[in-house]
Amino acid sequence: MLSQQLFNGLVVGATYAIFALGFTVMFGVLGVVNLTYGFYFSFGALIALWLTQALNLPVWASFLIAVLASGLVAALVDSLLLTRLRRARAPELASLMVTLGATLLLYSLSSSLIGVEIRRFPAAAINASAFDLLGLRVSMTQLLIVFAAFAMVGGLVYLIQYTRVGLAIRAMAERPDTIALMGVNAGALARLVSFVSGSLAGAAGVLIGLNYNAIQPFMGEQMMLKGFAVIILGGLGDARGALVAGLIVGMLETLTAGYVASSWKDAVGFALLVLTLWIRPAGLFGRATVKRA
Amino acid sequence: MSGAALLEVSGLTLGYGRSDVIKGVDLRIASGAAVTLIGANGAGKTTIMRGLSGLLKPRAGSIVFDGHRIDGLPGHRVARLGVIQSPEGRQVFSNLTIAENLALGAWLLNDAREEARRREGVLARFPRLAERLDQSAGSLSGGEQQMLAIGRALMSNPRLLLLDEPSLGLAPLFIEEIFRIIEDLKREGRTILIVEQNASAALDVADYAYVLQSGVIEIEGPAAQVAADPRVVAAYLGG
Ligand SMILES: Nc1ncnc2c1ncn2[C@@H]1O[C@H](COP(=O)(O)OP(=O)(O)OP(=O)(O)O)[C@@H](O)[C@H]1O
Ligand SMILES: [Mg+2]
Repeated sequence: MLSQQLFNGLVVGATYAIFALGFTVMFGVLGVVNLTYGFYFSFGALIALWLTQALNLPVWASFLIAVLASGLVAALVDSLLLTRLRRARAPELASLMVTLGATLLLYSLSSSLIGVEIRRFPAAAINASAFDLLGLRVSMTQLLIVFAAFAMVGGLVYLIQYTRVGLAIRAMAERPDTIALMGVNAGALARLVSFVSGSLAGAAGVLIGLNYNAIQPFMGEQMMLKGFAVIILGGLGDARGALVAGLIVGMLETLTAGYVASSWKDAVGFALLVLTLWIRPAGLFGRATVKRA
Repeated sequence: MSGAALLEVSGLTLGYGRSDVIKGVDLRIASGAAVTLIGANGAGKTTIMRGLSGLLKPRAGSIVFDGHRIDGLPGHRVARLGVIQSPEGRQVFSNLTIAENLALGAWLLNDAREEARRREGVLARFPRLAERLDQSAGSLSGGEQQMLAIGRALMSNPRLLLLDEPSLGLAPLFIEEIFRIIEDLKREGRTILIVEQNASAALDVADYAYVLQSGVIEIEGPAAQVAADPRVVAAYLGG
C-alpha cells in the first residue's frame, strides 16, 4: 500500500534528517569536516542496546542516556583532536586526516571490544504493539521516532534561533575569531556545538537501531556514506536542506525496497547524489556559499 | 600624563612565526585618558591591539590592567575584565541583525533591563542604527558598520575601549562623525586607545600619543607636542 510505504519511508527519513542535521551544524558552525561523526551514530546505538540489555532500562530511558553519552564523546573528541588545529588555523585537510585516523581507531576499538556481529534489542524491551491511525499501521517504535525527531529538530531550532547561546553560535559560524572580543568563550562554545551534533548522531543511531532492530559497530560507516549523499543533496551547511533531503532519501529508499527490490535500496542515495552534483551542485536550495547553522 | 595608570604595558614583544613584529614596547594609559597610537602601514599597530585583547600571546613583557596581569589570558577573559576592542575592518556579524549584533556586545551582561538601557544609549548616539534594528548588518554601509562596531563595543560598558582604525575606508563625512563620537566618549570620561592612520584627527582628539615605527615606539608625549614634532609633521601629517 503506497500510503503505508510513504509513512514508513518518512519515519526512516526522519532519522536521516536528524543525522544530516547534526553533521550540518558541526560543519556550518565549526567549519570542519569531522569524519568521526559517523562513529557517534554507532556509539549511540550500542550504548542504548547495552543499557536495555544489561541494565534492563526502558527504551526511552536508554535513548536519552545514549543521546547524552554520544554528545559527551563528540565533545571530548573535538576538544582533544581539534582544539589545537583550530588554534593553529590548520588547513581543512589537516582536520580531515586527523579525524580519519581517529575514526579508524574508534571503530577498531569498538569492534575488537564487542565483535562485529549484528545485535538486537531484547524482544521484551521493544513494544511490538501497533495501532491504526488514518488507515496507517503505526508501531510504537515509529511513534517514538517521529516524536523524537520533532523534539530534537524543535529543540535545535529553539536553541539556535531563540537563545543567547544560539546567537553566539550563529556569530561563531560567521566570525570564529571575533567573538572572543565580546567575551564569548569560543572553545567552550565549540565543545557545546560538538555535543549537540554528536547527540543528534547518537539519537539517529538509536532510532535506526530500533527501527530495523539490527545494531553493529560499523553501522555508522554506512550511515556516513548515506549521510554525505543527504548533505550534498540538501546543500552543504544548509540545515533546512538537510532536513528535506533526509526525508526525501528515506522515502525513496523505502519505496525502492517496496516496489523494486530491497537490494537496490542503498543505491538510491547515491543515485540522488550523482544527480545533484550534475544538475544542482549547490544542493536543493542552492545557496552553497551561505553558512547557516 | 596625570592620573593612575589603568593600563601599563612594559617590554611587550609580539610576533608571528619566526619573526618578532613588536619589539619591546612600553605603553601607559591613564584612567580617563584618550591615547593614540599612530604609525605607518605594517608598523604593527593591529598586532599590539591583538596582544592587548589576548588574541595573540605575548612572547615577552607584561600587560597590567587595573592591577591584574592580563598577558597570557585568553581573549574572552580579557574582555570580561572590561578591555573591549572594536577591531580593524569592523568585523560586524553581517548575517545577524543590528539588534543581534548589539545583543552580542552585551554577552557578558546578564541583566535584561540594564541591557535595554545600554541599547537606548547606543541608539541615541547612533540614530542611523535605530531605524534599522531588524536589518542584517551586512546591509549597512561601511560607515554605518563602523558605528555598529563601536556600538557593539559600548554595549559591554568597557573600562578600556580599544579602537583599531575607526576611520579606515570611510567617506569624509563619516570620518568627522566618528571622531565627534570619540570626542563625546572622551568627555564622558571613557578611557580610550585609538589606533589610526588618520594621524591629524587622532592627535586632535587624544591627550597623549605614541608613534610606532617598525615595532618600536619612536616618539611619545602629550598629543599637542607630538603633533608639533617635525618628524611627525613630515612623516604623518603631510607637512
Ligand atoms: N597573521 C599574521 N601572520 C604573519 N604576519 C603577520 C600577521 N598579521 C600581521 N603580520 C605582519 O606583521 C606586521 C605588522 O602588521 P599589523 O597588521 O600589526 O600592522 P598595522 O600597523 O596594523 O598596519 P595597517 O596600518 O596596515 O593596519 C606586518 O609586516 C604584517 O605583514
Ligand atoms: Mg592595522
